[in-house]
Order: sequence, then structure tokens, then C-alpha cells
Amino acid sequence: MKFFPLVWAALWRKRPRTIFTMASIVVAFLLFGLLQAVNVAFGSGVDHISGVDRLIVSGKYSLTEQLQLSYDARIRSIPGVRNVSASSWFGGVYQDERNFFAQLPVDHETYFDIYPEIIVTPEARAALNSTRTGALVGKQLAEKFDWKVGDRIPVQATIWPRKGGSNTWEFDLVGIMDVAKDSERAMAEFLLFRHDYFNEARQFGEGLVGWFVVQVDDPTRADAVAAAIDKEFANSPRETRTDSEKAFNQSFMKQMGDIQMIVTSILGAVFFTLLFLTGNTMMQSVRERVPELAVLKTLGFTDQRVLGLVLAEALILCLIAALIGLGIARLLSPGLAQFMPGLTVNPVVWGQGLAIAVLLALIVGLPPALRAMRLNIVNALSGH
Amino acid sequence: MASTLNQIVAVTAMNIRNIPSRLGTSLVILIGIAGVVGVMVALLSMARGFEATLAGTGKPDRVIVLRGGANDELSSVIFRDQVEVIKQMPGIRKGGDGQPLAIAEKYLLTGIPRIGSTEPANVVVRGTTDKVLELRPETRLSEGRMFRPGVFEVIVGRGAQGQFANLRLGEKVAIRSGDWTVVGIFESGGDVHESEIWTDVETLMAAANSPVIASVTAQLESEDQFTAFKDALSTDPRLTAQVQKEPDYYASRSEALQNMINVLGYAVGIIMGIGALFGALNTMYAAVSTRTVELATLRALGFGGLPVVVSVMIEALLLALAGGVLGAGIAYVIFNGYTVSTLNFQTFSQVAFDFRVTRDLLIQGVIWALSIGFIGGLFPAVRAARLPIVDALRAQ
Amino acid sequence: MSDVLVNIRDVHKTYTRGAETVDVLRGLNLDIAAGEFLALMGPSGSGKTTLLNLIGGLDHASGGSVAIKGEQIEKLGSGQLARWRASHVGFVFQFYNLLPMLSAERNVELPLLLTDLSKAERMKRVAIALQVVGLADRARHKPSELSGGQAQRVAIARAIVADPTLLVCDEPTGDLDRKTADEILTLLQTLNREYKKTIVMVTHDPKAAEYASRRVYMDKGQLATAATL
Repeated sequence: MKFFPLVWAALWRKRPRTIFTMASIVVAFLLFGLLQAVNVAFGSGVDHISGVDRLIVSGKYSLTEQLQLSYDARIRSIPGVRNVSASSWFGGVYQDERNFFAQLPVDHETYFDIYPEIIVTPEARAALNSTRTGALVGKQLAEKFDWKVGDRIPVQATIWPRKGGSNTWEFDLVGIMDVAKDSERAMAEFLLFRHDYFNEARQFGEGLVGWFVVQVDDPTRADAVAAAIDKEFANSPRETRTDSEKAFNQSFMKQMGDIQMIVTSILGAVFFTLLFLTGNTMMQSVRERVPELAVLKTLGFTDQRVLGLVLAEALILCLIAALIGLGIARLLSPGLAQFMPGLTVNPVVWGQGLAIAVLLALIVGLPPALRAMRLNIVNALSGH
Repeated sequence: MASTLNQIVAVTAMNIRNIPSRLGTSLVILIGIAGVVGVMVALLSMARGFEATLAGTGKPDRVIVLRGGANDELSSVIFRDQVEVIKQMPGIRKGGDGQPLAIAEKYLLTGIPRIGSTEPANVVVRGTTDKVLELRPETRLSEGRMFRPGVFEVIVGRGAQGQFANLRLGEKVAIRSGDWTVVGIFESGGDVHESEIWTDVETLMAAANSPVIASVTAQLESEDQFTAFKDALSTDPRLTAQVQKEPDYYASRSEALQNMINVLGYAVGIIMGIGALFGALNTMYAAVSTRTVELATLRALGFGGLPVVVSVMIEALLLALAGGVLGAGIAYVIFNGYTVSTLNFQTFSQVAFDFRVTRDLLIQGVIWALSIGFIGGLFPAVRAARLPIVDALRAQ
Repeated sequence: MSDVLVNIRDVHKTYTRGAETVDVLRGLNLDIAAGEFLALMGPSGSGKTTLLNLIGGLDHASGGSVAIKGEQIEKLGSGQLARWRASHVGFVFQFYNLLPMLSAERNVELPLLLTDLSKAERMKRVAIALQVVGLADRARHKPSELSGGQAQRVAIARAIVADPTLLVCDEPTGDLDRKTADEILTLLQTLNREYKKTIVMVTHDPKAAEYASRRVYMDKGQLATAATL
């Protein structure tokens, strides 16, 4: 709009001051973008990797309990259950504890029907079916460790030694797993191998399973099916607890403690100090420009218009700085997502950030704007 | 002309007396830096607290034996017959009953919600025997009594009681095969065991349908016996086992989380520090420019450039120092001793720990504050000293 | 006889400074005809600037009426007064009061931002105004790059760009040397004689007053004598 050159020129009146203030705001929104992205990883990131038609059956008292392999048939017979896959936590180490990734033995005949999000070629599946020691890995893992189909991958067991006592398990890589959307990546980035091989080659624990993944016919009846499963195993030696996959994933995240609270507190402290800084700058700026604002009034600018000019200045300052800060966060987030899958500066974060920028602008801009509005022309011009 | 030192004192005093008239802008540095230091110290005190809890666990002359290749107690599986082998190893002190002072313990997790929440958290349940008070003399029962074998009874660590629901004396908690009654509360100097629930190992094995042990913790005659013990253990063909001194084991289990919190704390502290730096630069440039005439007049009168620079720096440093002390102080008052719990993802178990605002953190905070103040004051100060006197005097 | 443009009747203005009240204008009457170049003179404290502020719509009278082109401006609210100023008055101040971060042409453009004119129209009028004051070649300069006289010319261009009814000048040559002052006053005279602008100028400089078509003296808040050319 036509007043933009006036507002823009006013903003840059004292170049170093504006640059420093803007830099502070940029930093604040950079932090906001990154920390909110962490929140996304811990919160809504869960939705993308949870299927509405999937349930997780685990031990009633802890996920770390072992269930019976024989439960598989009993779960299948429950009305509403379409498919079941046993799965366990292998918990091995590849070369170094820091190269952490999950290794999961699964029912290779049913797992991929239950997880259609995972993209595997028919050749890879056939190879897995015909190779007892076969394994699939996620695309990014393969890239990270430079694995190619045909490689033999050694994994040191920390929990489950092989028959004979050795901790070394070797898997033959027969295929790569991929996903269509980045938000689903966590579903495929692990090492998948056959549970029947696991069961026969392990030194102890034969017939035991970590948990079952269940696919239901009708997502709207998922709760009822879950209840039916738990009822089936109530009063058995190993009772179960069945949750929707979403609830299951969420409870993991919640275990980290009140991450959200910590993040919000940090951001609160950051923005509070920022308010001070920016507010002070705006007040200073308006104070210096009292004669100029008075001149605008003599020219016929109404009190409201002068208020609007100062507010516009605050708004432009905060919005531009917020955009830059969020932009930098956006640039950095892929790098950080390596450590924390699901970390993204998504549209919600942008929206929140910009809304806060507007709020910040109003809070720091309103007092000086009101002051400008109330300027008495005669007093201001005569230097009072 | 007065000596340089006198000049510095004079100009500095003038600057500082002047501050109340520039209160708004001066507060910017103070509050900005207080914010940075406060947040950084608070975050780092989490890491310190977590470290103290883990590092404070165990004694160097006590050892923990796990299955060879297992990283932690949750992963380790040891069979009964192997336990006897371990207990016969050389170097273990004899207990009051004449037997080796060593206990085979079971380690598992049970889901208990945090107080005020419904989501279950992975709380550690340790199956042990009543000899545990002799094995770990730093532990004492502060309320109630010891559990009895053969019944579903537990004693609960003070830390766990404070964080998780239904762990008070007399309450019931679901562990395996039903609810168990809390019959005692124990304390052990704020170490990691205070986040645990203890019960009888045989009862637990039966209830969990899992007749295996996770670890054997043994008291050695002395720390010197460690090597002999370790050698005997590793050369025995009947089992694959590994042994560590307790402090080493527990410290290794805290590395990842500690690093993560430290990285977070320093990263946020640095980023915020940069933000505060810009604020400080703003303030000091403004402070200098409102007094351009004053400072130039002084120089025209013969005051050297150095006293001007030093006085501006001192002003910036004093404000920064005040901010740093304020921020560190607030962090201390609000957070020190505050107990939280989180999932130690290395062990998959919940650990309760206190925020610990240590002295070295307070010092780090103040140093960080002074660094920001130093840079924030340096450039404006030099500029003030360099501005040609004539231009400055005409600047009005 | 030209029409009466400014009609001031029994105007009072009182200021309150703390516990004191000061009567600056006491029952002043004045008529200014269209096309006049009026010099308002008097010692400091006589109230001439206060009167100028009332004529220019910068302040409200405490009593009496100020009618400009038939409109009683003392009855207008501050918002209406602002709009009135935009279309009826152009100001020239002693210290120019240009916005330092805007170029000359952007400064001159300011009053036009309050109109509905398109950007092209606005710039056309700005160019004309700068040409009238003889500064077309300095359009892009900032005030810091202009001499005192040049800055005042820009201020005058800004004052006339919206084609106001009245030009109000408060000590326009107060900050200028003799030679430059004469140039400015000549320009004002040209605006008055050739472009028929009505000008009211406050000055304490008798030489400046000579450029006016009529001189009015004030003392202690009232007119002392009136002399016409």
C-alpha cells in the first residue's frame, strides 16, 4: 500500500539499531521453530506412523513382558481380526552402541499386508520367503551404512544369544524398504528379519514373543476388538493389554516426561526477554521521532493514522524477522531430523510462529503507537 | 592531567551515576542476559542432576555381573546354575551369615502412571533378597518394613514414590500377576535405586513366569580384588559373563541422556546468547550515542581515549554481571532440588532425579553473561573513543 | 476588495502550566482577505505563534470563533481538523521539519498520500511543486544532503503540493543567512503574487516583513496596530 515507503523508511532510520533488534527477533524465532519442531516430533509425528486399523497386543504390565507364540492362533480366531503378526525386540548392536537402530523379527508372511505403507518389491519379498536368514532394511539405513542387497550384516546380540552361546547373528540383505511420504519414514527405518528363524536359532526364549500387531476389519470397531482380545487372555499366566497403534506410539512419547512443558517454558523465557528488548527499541524510536510525527499530524495525518503507522512499523519488523528465523529453522531441521525422526517445521509451526509475531508486534508496538497517537502537535513541535 | 587510572574511575563513575536516567535501555541488557543465563543454567542443571544420580550410584568395591554381551540389566539373562558359579568366584567378601555377600537380582519393568497422569511409565522392579541392606549399606528403610518372600509385597524407593502414582505405604501397585502391596519406603542417598521398586526375587520370578536372573551384584573384599575376579569370571568355560565396577556401569548407562541434555542446554544457551548480544549491542550503542557530546567534551578536555573505552566497557560488564547473577539466582531459586523423572532411553527405564544448580554452573552462567557484556560493550566503546571530537561536539 | 478568507472573532487562548494559567490571546479580532501576504509581528510572548497555530488548525481556541473560507474550524473535532488541515493548509516551519529518512520528493509527496490520487498523479504534482520552488534537480536527495535554503524550498514545495487554501509560515527565514533568506522570501512573494496564494507569516525580522503586503503587530495577546501597504 502507498504508505509502505514511509513505514519502511521509518523502520531503517537508525540502521544498526534496527538490524540488531531484528537479529534478536530472528534468533528468538529460530529457537521457536526448532523447539516447536521437537514438539511435533514428540506429538503429531505419531499420527503419520499409526494406522487406524492396527492394534498392538503387549503384556498387561509392561511392553517388555514376553507373550506366548501360541497366542497368534487365538487372536486370529477373534471376530473382527483380519491379520496378525508376531514381533519381538531383538535389541542388538551393529558395530557400536551409538549406531542405534531397531532390529525386529516379524511374521514375514503377514507383516507387509498389515503395513501397506512399507514399499517392498515382489522380488525382495520372494527372496525373504526363501531365505531363512534373510533381512530387509530401510532405505536411509542402507545408505548410512552403505549396505547393498547381497551383503551379510553381522549384529551382536545383547539379549538373545544364539544356540551354542555366540552373540553374533548374521543376516543376508535381500531387499530395501521404502515409504511414500517422509512423515512415514520411521515405519521403515529398521532391520526386519524372520521370526521363525529367530525362534529356532535362539538359545533361550523359544516360543516367546514380544508383542503382536493386529489388523482389524473395521477401524470403527477397533476398541471392541481390543477389549475382546484382552478378555481372551485375562486370567492366563500372561495377560495382555491391547491398544490402538496410535495410543501405543503416543505413550512412548509421553514417557519422555513433560517435554512440551520444558519447551514451552524455555520459549516463554525467550519471548519475555525479547519483549523487553523490542519494546524498548520501539519506544526509543518513537521518542526520537516525536517532532516528525508531529509534522505528519500538521500535514493532516489523523491521530489514528499515526497510530497505524507505528503499529505497521512494529508489525513489519516482527513479521520479517519471524519469517527469517523460521526459515533458518526450516533449513536446519532436516539435519536435526537425523537424530530425532519426525522433527519438522511444518505448516502448523509456521502458523503458530507468525501468529506469535503478530502478537509480539501488538504488545511492543501498542504503547509507543498510543503515545504517537496522543501527541499534542503544538507541544511536540515546540520541543516539550 | 590525572593518571589514567584516575581518569578511568572518574569517567566510569560518571557513566554509572548516569544509568538511572537511561534505565529502560539499561534494563534491556540486564533482563536479556538474565533470561539467557537463567534458561541455560536451568537446562544444564538437569544434566548435572541426572549425572549426580547415576554417578552417585554404587561403590567402586562392589561389582555387577551381567551376561556377556548384554549392555544393561534389562537385556541380561543369567540362569540359576550360572548364579552359583558366579558366587563362588574369588574375591567376594563373606557376609554376616558366612556366605559370599552377593545377590542374584531380577530386573524388569512395569507400567505405572506418573502422578496426575494416566499414561504408564516404565518403572524398574528389582527382585532381590533381604540381604540387600547388607550388600548395599547406603540403603535404609525410612518407613514401614522389609518385604516378605512368598507374598506380593514390595518396598518403594523415595524417588519413585514422589513421581509415580499409588506408591505410598499401604497402597497397591500392579507388577505381575496382580497387585502388590507397598509395605516400606527406602532411601539410598538419592542414587538411581531410589527410582526403583524392590521385592523378593523368587516371588517375582514366579509371578512373571520367568525363572531367570538379570544380574549378580557382589561386594568384593576390596577394590584391588577386581582384576582377579574379572579374570576368573572371563576364563570360566561354564558361562559367558562380564563384570564392571558399579560406578563404571551406572555412569555408562547415563551417557546418552546426559549428552543430549547437555547439548540441548548449551545449544539453547548459545543461541539465546547471540540474541542477547544483539540486544546488548543495541543498548550500548544507544548509551554511547546519547552521550556522544559528553564523552567528546571529556576528550577535548584532555581525557584519553582509553579511559572512555574502559568506562563504557565497565558499564556494559556491570550490567551484564547483574543480569547474569539475577538469571542464575532465579534458576537456583526456582529449580534447584526440583525433582523430575524421565525415560533413560539407554536402559528404557524411568529415572527420577533432581535439578542440581551446582556452583560451577553458576560460575559458567556468570562467565557467559560477562562474555556477552564484553562483546556488547567493546564495539560501541571503541566507536565512542574513535569518533572525531569535532564531529561529536557538533552532533547535537 | 477581495473576499475575507480568514475571519477571527473575539478569540481567547489560555494555557495551564501546572498551577498557573496564562492568557496568551485575549479577545483577538482579525480579518485576512484572499490573496493577502500577511506578516504577523511582535515581541516574544506576544502570542503570534499561538495565533498562527489557531489559524492553521493546529490548536483549538479557548473561546471565540475562527472561520476559514466560511468554516468554523474551532468546532471541528481533532479527526475532522486533521482532514481539514490536509486540504486547506500548508505549513512552513523555521527548522524545515523534513523527515530525514525520506528523499526530497518523498517528503513533498507526504500530503498527497492522504488523497485518492494515483501514484502517477502524485508524482506529477510533486514534480511540478519542486519545479516551482526551483529544486527539480534535487528530487532524490535526502535532507542531510541539502543546504538550509534548499531544505526550506523542499518544505515550501511540500506546503503547496496539495494546493491548499492557505500557507502558514512560522519564522521561515529564522535559521537562514541573509542572502538565502531573501531568496526564500522572494519565492514566497512569487507564490503570493503570481500564484495568488494567501500567506500568513510570523516573523520578528522587519526585513522579512517588508516582503509582505500587510503587517500586523501583536502585543500581550492582542493586536497593537494594523498597517497596510
